[in-house]
Amino acid sequence: MQQLINTALGGLTLGMVYAAFALALVLIWRSTHVVNFAQAPMAMVTTFVALEIIDHGHSYWLGFAVALAAGLVLGAVVERVVVRPVEGGPEINAVILTLGLFIVLHALASVVFGNRYRSFPAAFGIRGIDVGGTTIALTGFGIFTILAVLAVMTLLVLLFRFTDLGLRMRAAAFNQEVARLLGVRVGRMLTLGWALAALVGSLSGLLIAGGSLVSPGYMDSVVVYGFVAAVLGGLDSPVGAVVGGLFLGLSLSFVSGYVGSQLVALAALAILMAVLFLRPDGLFAPARERRV
Amino acid sequence: MLTLSGVTVSFGAVRALREVGFTAPAGQVTAVLGANGAGKTTLLRTISGLVRAQTGTVRFGDRDLTRQPPEAMPRLGLAHVPEGRGVITELTVEENLRLGGLGRGRRADADVLDRVFSLFPVLRERRAATAHVLSGGERQMLVIGRALMASPTLLLLDEPSLGLAPRVVAQIFDLLSGLVADAGLTVLLVEQNARSALSIAHRAVVLNLGRVVVDDDARVLADDDQLRHAYLGF
Ligand SMILES: Nc1ncnc2c1ncn2[C@@H]1O[C@H](COP(=O)(O)OP(=O)(O)O)[C@@H](O)[C@H]1O
Ligand SMILES: [Mg+2]
Repeated sequence: MQQLINTALGGLTLGMVYAAFALALVLIWRSTHVVNFAQAPMAMVTTFVALEIIDHGHSYWLGFAVALAAGLVLGAVVERVVVRPVEGGPEINAVILTLGLFIVLHALASVVFGNRYRSFPAAFGIRGIDVGGTTIALTGFGIFTILAVLAVMTLLVLLFRFTDLGLRMRAAAFNQEVARLLGVRVGRMLTLGWALAALVGSLSGLLIAGGSLVSPGYMDSVVVYGFVAAVLGGLDSPVGAVVGGLFLGLSLSFVSGYVGSQLVALAALAILMAVLFLRPDGLFAPARERRV
Repeated sequence: MLTLSGVTVSFGAVRALREVGFTAPAGQVTAVLGANGAGKTTLLRTISGLVRAQTGTVRFGDRDLTRQPPEAMPRLGLAHVPEGRGVITELTVEENLRLGGLGRGRRADADVLDRVFSLFPVLRERRAATAHVLSGGERQMLVIGRALMASPTLLLLDEPSLGLAPRVVAQIFDLLSGLVADAGLTVLLVEQNARSALSIAHRAVVLNLGRVVVDDDARVLADDDQLRHAYLGF
């Protein structure tokens, strides 16, 4: 019983991080139909920025805030400098550029931050919480992880659903030409979309790093899991990304806890293939567009 | 008043518009007619800045629209309902309408939304529905309503009758004449359905292979069998 609860709690925490990462991919896919393979190294870079700040004796929270802000800026810069010049061409061009950026950021990080493993601190405890005499697998940092992702998602929902800016951003994502005719500055909205996505990606990078070791490649498996989660959710649905992330986190946690941790990557692949075969549009594909 | 003069547009070797010039008088409906491929859509896209003219000028009132980007159109009082309607199907009916109101640079007041809802009661009923569930006629009402949210003075419509039942077409054209009569709206109405368009138009321009071949009173064109046979096929 205790193992069941602990496995579920571990899966929930991990699932929230995958959800955040998947959300970052979905935000970009929705607006530009590009899978941003550089999302993981971008988050890696911003996490290292936080680590440098913390290692220089500043507070964890200062590092955290600066990393999120750096994510925002990095996302905007990548959109303007890397993606914008190939906009209007085939989307594969932009995808290849994000792959190139993946390699470049890796190489730069090795040079600037070093190629070894460094330990990243966690806010709050990383020891299990005592409940009625037994220690459960939910840590203080785990609770923070869940709340932080929930808070960011809530803010995004509020932005997109209830503000004029969010409405403009969605219009720009769905139909650029109509949006322009209605006075929306589509270019700005796309830049902002990439910036927000990179911010959410940075958050997931910080949360994964918390209490463990980071190196330039520490996010690389997350891009796989985040991508699987995003596909599970249908790739263009933010809600789907969150549910997909939680589903994947829980599934992988159970595979790891009950079958064997060496099978986790294989299980993720199996889930991805099952979804692509059975529900290629994701678990919650909306009704097909009505043709008129 | 909208005035074009000497407007030429090419796509590579294709000359879509050749030295197009005419005037659409304020407060009237000007029909732009012509066969498929005559350049009607390109004409509207050039006016709203989606397509850049190689030569020529577009003036609206005392403003030069020639080098203005499409994003500037709502502020200049111009609304373009594109071919194929341009409903943003992922947004709700009300979000589409709200979006239309944002273009003027200030928040649309509830009055405007109310007026659009009273013009199109069906939109009020379905305000919370995602636009992709709407029928073709409802979508056409939605895009016209959305255009009106910015309180435009010039409305560009690209084939609003396309794919609609005759009864729905009649309803939408009635509404348009009403708007022109009541609100002093200037309308440039692109249509393949020449008969319906001429029934509400004051002026008519016929394009043929990118050239203006007729620019006259709508009545004159409707009554001239020879012209009608030659260019409109009825
Ligand atoms: N973006 C484009 N690229 C190349 N050719 C185009 C483009 N848009 C229109 N054309 C060409 O310009 C001509 C006029 O097209 P269009 O304005 O769509 O005509 P209409 O709306 O009257 O049917 C056609 O020959 C069409 O193929
Ligand atoms: Mg056309």
